Amino acid sequence: MKLKEKTKILDKVSIERTLERLAHEIIEKVKAVEGIALVGIKNRGAPLAERIADKIMDIAGKRPPVGALDITLYRDDLTQVAEQPVVHATEIDFNIDGIKVILIDDVLFTGRTIRCALDALVDFGRPSQIQLAVLIDRGHRELPIRADYVGKNVPTAPKEVIEVRLSETDGKDEVVLCEKV
Amino acid sequence: MSKHFVWTKKDLLGLEYLSREEIEFILYTAASFKEVTTRQIKKVPALRGKTVVNLFYEPSTRTRTSFELAAKRLSADVINIAVEASSVKKGETLIDTGRNIEALKIDIIVVRHGSSGAPNILAHHVNSSVVNAGDGWHEHPTQALLDMFTLKEKLGRIEGLNVSIIGDIAHSRVARSNIWGLTKLGAKVTVCAPPLLIPEGIEKMGVRVTNDLDTALKGADAINVLRMQFERDAALAFPSKLEYFKQYGITAERLKKCKKEIVVMHPGPINRGIEISSEVADGQNSVILEQVTNGIAVRMAALYLVAHARPTGTRGGEKPL
Repeated sequence: MKLKEKTKILDKVSIERTLERLAHEIIEKVKAVEGIALVGIKNRGAPLAERIADKIMDIAGKRPPVGALDITLYRDDLTQVAEQPVVHATEIDFNIDGIKVILIDDVLFTGRTIRCALDALVDFGRPSQIQLAVLIDRGHRELPIRADYVGKNVPTAPKEVIEVRLSETDGKDEVVLCEKV
Repeated sequence: MSKHFVWTKKDLLGLEYLSREEIEFILYTAASFKEVTTRQIKKVPALRGKTVVNLFYEPSTRTRTSFELAAKRLSADVINIAVEASSVKKGETLIDTGRNIEALKIDIIVVRHGSSGAPNILAHHVNSSVVNAGDGWHEHPTQALLDMFTLKEKLGRIEGLNVSIIGDIAHSRVARSNIWGLTKLGAKVTVCAPPLLIPEGIEKMGVRVTNDLDTALKGADAINVLRMQFERDAALAFPSKLEYFKQYGITAERLKKCKKEIVVMHPGPINRGIEISSEVADGQNSVILEQVTNGIAVRMAALYLVAHARPTGTRGGEKPL
């Protein structure tokens, strides 16, 4: 699949500001930072969760525990996706029973990834609540799923692709709207 | 490991047929599955709706149990066919049995057979995936993969390690699979056994051969101690158990002369006081029980990968280009 870049939606500075706002919103909504944990969905949700945790630390003086979830084994489309997904390790080294877990991902699209993540998460325990924070919501949901915290709403056409690039995974910070060609 | 590696083989028949990259990919995938086996809920839905049959022509408890657990932890349905109680006794051929199993819409056949090459024949005649759980004196790929997985976990790498395989090399499919896998991943392999238990021409597989245990132990980063099957083939080549223990048994005194961090592996079941002393088997350097735990993760990876082979799944008996 080849992509043509159309417009840059966020640059390095605006990504930082957006994450900072998300951190503030999370603190405001959960009230007590104790008793929450952030779980990033691999690949790019994981570094985003780390960054948001750092910002919560700066603002509230306490860093929530951070985990990373690989949802490959829970996908409902293993035989349909063109590219065979590689199974990566899940790293959640704390007990999620009875706490508020905030799932973090880069882009919310059909909602199927989040469905997988919910299935995967409940195999680890029973959180008191699961919330969802995403950097970009691009619409086109196929399941009844919505985000509690949205960095930026970006209306898209189905053939468009949102490319989130992060320094941890891609060497630089930017969000670009692309088109399949 | 590349994020975009694509697994293409529908079968896992032996490490001889896999490339270095494929072996490394199985080990990488197994690491993710190991995490699953440490959870409170040790189950993922990756093979939901798939059926795995364990077709065992030789008795086996540990390998069959390990495969069964691996399949169940992937949410597959599992049935076990022990041949003593099956129509094979009535004269059905392997290929007919395979076709009948396929007609039952089974996705993966895990086969153990007394004849070398039987899984290859089966894989050629059915479209289901075939995983070799040990065939004759040929290969036991998942055992070698779990040995390598354990080594990598303990020592951080395989490339450049000195690994000695000690025991009945001639009648050991575990030895053969380990030699293929370890040499492909860049380890230096030594095989050590009494002369009659070293198969002719084994050095062509790229291993050093010795009949002297001290030579095999010197400088070794890891040893893989094979079970001496005195109830079977080994007795013909080395008649006395006591004599074997004196010359080739791994004891605490011998281990003292080795590298301090030497990793001691054994595929099990162990014969205490024949190929290994209790002190070593239960000692600091032994990873024998970790091997058992890792076996499930490696077999989960093997089942998962063959079940999702792309694009259509090439037959596994062909050598890599």
